[in-house]
Amino acid sequence: MNILVCISNVPDTTSKINFIENGTIFDTNGIQFIINPYDEFGLTKAIKLREQHGGKVTVLNVGTNQSDPTLRKALAIGADEAVRINIHPTDSFSVSNEIANHIKSNNYDLIIMGRESIDYNGGAVPGMLAELLGYSFVNATIGLNIKDSEAEVIREIEGGKEHVKTQLPLIVAGQKGIVEESDLLIPNMRGIMSARSKPLNVEDSTCNDSKTRSISFEKPDQKSQCKMIDSGNESELITLLHNEAKVI
Amino acid sequence: MSTLVYLESSENKIKKGGIEALCYAREVAKAKNSSLIVFCIGTIENLESLSNYGAEKILHLKSGIDACNNSAISSAIAQAAKESSCNLVILSNSANGKSIGPRLSIKMDASFIGNVVNIPSFEEKLSVKKKSFSGKAFEFTESSSDDCILALSPNSFSITEETSSISIEDFKFDVPSSNVNSVNIEKSTGKISLAEAEIVVSAGRGLKGPENWNMIEELAEILDAGTACSKPVSDIGWRPHSEHVGQTGKAIAPNLYIAIGISGAIQHLAGVNSSKVMVAINTDPEAPFFKAADYGIVGDAFEVVPRLIKEFKAFKQNN
Repeated sequence: MNILVCISNVPDTTSKINFIENGTIFDTNGIQFIINPYDEFGLTKAIKLREQHGGKVTVLNVGTNQSDPTLRKALAIGADEAVRINIHPTDSFSVSNEIANHIKSNNYDLIIMGRESIDYNGGAVPGMLAELLGYSFVNATIGLNIKDSEAEVIREIEGGKEHVKTQLPLIVAGQKGIVEESDLLIPNMRGIMSARSKPLNVEDSTCNDSKTRSISFEKPDQKSQCKMIDSGNESELITLLHNEAKVI
Repeated sequence: MSTLVYLESSENKIKKGGIEALCYAREVAKAKNSSLIVFCIGTIENLESLSNYGAEKILHLKSGIDACNNSAISSAIAQAAKESSCNLVILSNSANGKSIGPRLSIKMDASFIGNVVNIPSFEEKLSVKKKSFSGKAFEFTESSSDDCILALSPNSFSITEETSSISIEDFKFDVPSSNVNSVNIEKSTGKISLAEAEIVVSAGRGLKGPENWNMIEELAEILDAGTACSKPVSDIGWRPHSEHVGQTGKAIAPNLYIAIGISGAIQHLAGVNSSKVMVAINTDPEAPFFKAADYGIVGDAFEVVPRLIKEFKAFKQNN
């Protein structure tokens, strides 16, 4: 089974987010970049599926050479090869088209992505890609089993979960649950060494169209100071929530 | 060109996110100076009640489509938008909306902007404010296409009433056979969905063990609240993943968020700082949550929460 795992290169979850040039550009100064956490669950899942079914795991990123360390890390975790489509990603539409064009000229049975990236949180690429390719699509995936060309997928829904059946080729957008946090694979020394000799192919961009443009950013208003209430005086909290904050 | 809003329903009832999307779309249509068309799918109780929210023309596809069939739902919406000359489609950025909106944008050759939080401006091009960086920032995004799909972030736009007279029209659509078929649904019983909860009671490692969640659930029940937890708690299996709120879990925006025994790491705050009011209860006066919260109590959860339960019970009886 050939599996494609799409990976975003995102700021570490502990990053403080700041903007420069009048709030128009994300300040990457001092920011450490990581594999998007949702994608990391998908990568581990792909490697586990390869153990069961054989085949190959390819990781793909749409980005500049700044993504290379992240792709190397994915190779160290256990992907067989990496592809980087060499363009600075600007919007979900163009990224989806880049990935769709790559898939059309290659042969994948299963495409695993994170349900969203933790930077721009568009959450739109998986659905757009499914529509561009005409593939089945399951979002918010928390369980996946493949048997021949049949897939049993569990997706999270509001207030529960739903089991669905579908066929390959398939796009799933995953999150924690597709594998458990404790099962996440981390690179070992052998993986890190072998990652250096695994192929990282750089492909040219094939799409020059976009649908949206980021104009500027702002940070949420700072909260005014926290009002402290003495332990033992909980009734005052309730009065404040009722009379001042008016939320109960 | 008109504006179309997709009204999401579940188990024959209109969802709160659907009403939010309707109220938002009504105001967007006014700003755009366009008429508004409401589109809904499947059996829905009390569709007439939409006259309380300013709906006028409703297109109703009576035969239902399974929620997991995102391809067919987006095809139906695209057809409705085309037939009624709509170039702007609004829906809730709910779990289902997230599967539908992006597909729909490709079908309509439209732009897609998700997680939006305010009314767009229509000077030359549509531009709108959306959540970004997992709640750590907002982004202003411009659509380069006149055709646009906007997905409204849940709990970000207040439901306001406006009386209208409605007309309901049957909408004809041949539901295509589906590649994704529902086998069964497991419901978490009797719980209030986190996405729609007005109040959320959340707890962290400060509770010391899963056996101590009874008081959290009791407090939540008194307040009609949803229950949530921090990442470490879901990672060690004290609570289900579906309750994990934070940067890599769910992002929520209730009116009131009560955090008990949660220190307030930046990743946790990212998922909850859209809450209107936050209360932190922690033994550590230096806990970062006290810098983000509106109200705080420094104290032991095992003493504070039982007293809160008693006080909230008394409050509920008198109000």
